[in-house]
Amino acid sequence: MRIILFAPLMVFFAIAILLWSALEREPGKLPSALIGKPFPEFSLTKLSAHNQYLSAEDLSGALALINVWATWCYACKLEHPYLQKLASNGIKIIGINYKDNRKAAIAWLERLGNPYSVIIFDEEGSLGLDIGVSGAPETFLIDKQGIILHRRVGILDQKVWEKEFSHYYSDSWE
Amino acid sequence: MNVFLSPEMGHIALIIGSCLAFVQALLPLAGSYTGTVRWMQMGRSLACGNLFFVFLAFLCLSNAFLSDDFTVRYVAQNSNTLLPIYFKFSAVWSAHEGSLLLWVLILSMWTAAVALFGSRLPLQFLSRTLAILGLISVGFGFFLLFTSNPFERTFPLPPIDGQDLNPLLQDIALILHPPLLYFGYVGLAVPFAFAISALLESRFDSAWANWSRPWTIASWCFLTIGIFLGSWWAYYELGWGGWWFWDPVENASLMPWLVTTALIHSLIASEQRGVFRSWTILLAIFAFSLSLLGTFLVRSGVLTSVHAFASDPERGIYILLFLSIVVGSTLALFAIRGPVLMSTSSYSGTSRETFLLINNLILTVAVAVVLLGTLYPLISDAFGLGKISVGPPYFNFFFVPLTFVLLIFIPLAMRSSWGNVSTKAVSSWLMQPLLLSLLLGLIGSTTLAYWVGEKGNSLLAIVTMTCVSWVFVMILKDFRDKIKSSSFTLLPVRYYGMVLAHLGVAITVLGAGLYAASGIQRDVKMGIGDYAVLGGYTFYFSDIKRDRRSNFSFTQAEIIVSKEDREIVTLNPEKRHYFSNPQTMTEAAIDPGLLRDLYVSLGEPLDDDHWAIRLHVKPFVRCIWLGGAMISLGGLLAVLDKRYRRRKICSQDRANLSVQSASEI
Repeated sequence: MRIILFAPLMVFFAIAILLWSALEREPGKLPSALIGKPFPEFSLTKLSAHNQYLSAEDLSGALALINVWATWCYACKLEHPYLQKLASNGIKIIGINYKDNRKAAIAWLERLGNPYSVIIFDEEGSLGLDIGVSGAPETFLIDKQGIILHRRVGILDQKVWEKEFSHYYSDSWE
Repeated sequence: MNVFLSPEMGHIALIIGSCLAFVQALLPLAGSYTGTVRWMQMGRSLACGNLFFVFLAFLCLSNAFLSDDFTVRYVAQNSNTLLPIYFKFSAVWSAHEGSLLLWVLILSMWTAAVALFGSRLPLQFLSRTLAILGLISVGFGFFLLFTSNPFERTFPLPPIDGQDLNPLLQDIALILHPPLLYFGYVGLAVPFAFAISALLESRFDSAWANWSRPWTIASWCFLTIGIFLGSWWAYYELGWGGWWFWDPVENASLMPWLVTTALIHSLIASEQRGVFRSWTILLAIFAFSLSLLGTFLVRSGVLTSVHAFASDPERGIYILLFLSIVVGSTLALFAIRGPVLMSTSSYSGTSRETFLLINNLILTVAVAVVLLGTLYPLISDAFGLGKISVGPPYFNFFFVPLTFVLLIFIPLAMRSSWGNVSTKAVSSWLMQPLLLSLLLGLIGSTTLAYWVGEKGNSLLAIVTMTCVSWVFVMILKDFRDKIKSSSFTLLPVRYYGMVLAHLGVAITVLGAGLYAASGIQRDVKMGIGDYAVLGGYTFYFSDIKRDRRSNFSFTQAEIIVSKEDREIVTLNPEKRHYFSNPQTMTEAAIDPGLLRDLYVSLGEPLDDDHWAIRLHVKPFVRCIWLGGAMISLGGLLAVLDKRYRRRKICSQDRANLSVQSASEI
């Protein structure tokens, strides 16, 4: 009986250790196991057309951002204007519409504008699982060969861009 | 005036306040062990002194905001000369530093309230409780002073104008939402401190539960209002039409609320029957622990969230450390002292104890579900599975059925009696209401189906209406019986409180369930002269204009809504562009009604004359907040019950007794 009384303490310490390790990991800047590796294979449809399939090959060719978003994600809405700005500056952004509804997603883009050159419709979240998406929004950077260079969890804004992404682009322009 | 309320003065006041809290944490506690009555009595004056200085610090910061003192960095980051005066004031708690100061201020208020209204408590118990509250206050005071000082100045060149308050927060509900929520969160420190004092004294009688109850219910009321206000804000401000998003920060407020709800009920059983004692103590500990956890989640940024306005991992470390020390040592104390709390009286079968226990279990499972879902990204990450978040489908899958099961048990606990009750006695008054509520559920969903189309006949709608009817039928029946045997005025106030709060829960569920089952929406492209039809309503886009107010410019559409050629209302959804911030804000226009809301939000312009427009028809969505108001009002009535003002005389004797026993130790 006495042992049971210690159970809450044990549960609490398990949670505390978990939270501690989460802090150690530095939220938002997750070093993904995928960095330096090619973008995983997939075969999913375009958001705009349910009979056109996309694969990993379609993503390579140029330095590009891969942005995971969804209409149910409020933070994506906050992030959206900045993506628009990047797109208007000629940055290629590929979207992954994550665990979403096709109609709602298309309506969302009609309402807010579309910064994406192409959008992968990942209804089941299978691609999201392969690349270890923690939630939306999340942004990956891939190079010409489709190798993942960087990963950002959370909103991409001016500050994050300058700190984590812009140098990749200045390198490539040199 | 300005010199007196300068930021430096605020800083000094905060230091003095924290030092007083430090003394308050030590002296009364030491006094309670050495039996020094004078030390124990000092707790009350120290608590009042602490409140005075922390309040002074808060006034200084408010003054800096109201006088546009941009030499103070926190003011420069969160305010702007163009901001209307009431938003300048609410900007005080719009970001980390200020909201933490508000947290500390509210803790001081609760502590002072315990000191002032706690005169019926035995001195030893009161002094220990105040010491523990002082300890928490010290922890947060130092956190504020060392990691997040709001009074810091920017030298040498202060900005000419501030960066402005986040436009999302420029809203009347957001002036009130954080303070109310904090009153709830922080108020849970009181039952927490009571629980620790009880553990320290191994004292756990029905008087203890009686003392703890009003404080628990009061903070629960604040938490309820805060949460519902937040959901109302999200509904009209975020422009999506949803009212709950299962966002980590929302969950952080929901978890303490659920635990406190369980605690309130468990306290009743402990007070009346002396059962569930260990359980009650544990709930009191968890309620406050979860509110600390909420603070940690919001402030550390370990989870990405809508509300992550000010997050910083380094601050997270401090809060986590504090959380570990406070909660860890309390739970250790619980593990050591626990056995003496074993309950004495017996109950069986279908007694009220059993039903309260079941309700408690359901609420606890609900908390576990929410906690697991909220922390899941961290758990999966720790096990190397990548950060996977679960999202609304997971929460709805578990939470919705749990809510219905809870609704089924609510009236059972209210109708049954304490002690040993045979199953037969219960089933005799069960059949009639059961059949009646099934019938009402079917009638209700058929009516709804006639009104909103086939969606009204969905399983969700039927289950919602049946469960809600069940609660109503049972409670009204109980009410009728009570009136018969007594009279309106003889029934205690807390009974009315209980009835109102539980009907409120049913109304909220009704709103949420029917809204989910039968709400409809459409995204359309519209220009001047266009119209769209949704749910029998015609939305006519008649005009669009542009204008400006003090700190933003806006585009406003005029949409005339009519039904069967009768004009109902003109709605004016807006899009705002704040001058100091690139963000665009959507202000939805809503025609509220008890039976349905019409909700229109204006999207981006699609070309020169067309806009994206989102139209909603939301049946019964108002019920969600109406229910919330009833729940809070019910809680308020329960706090006002005169039961909590009795027992003064006998506690006086006990005070003398416990002082004696303390000196013997």
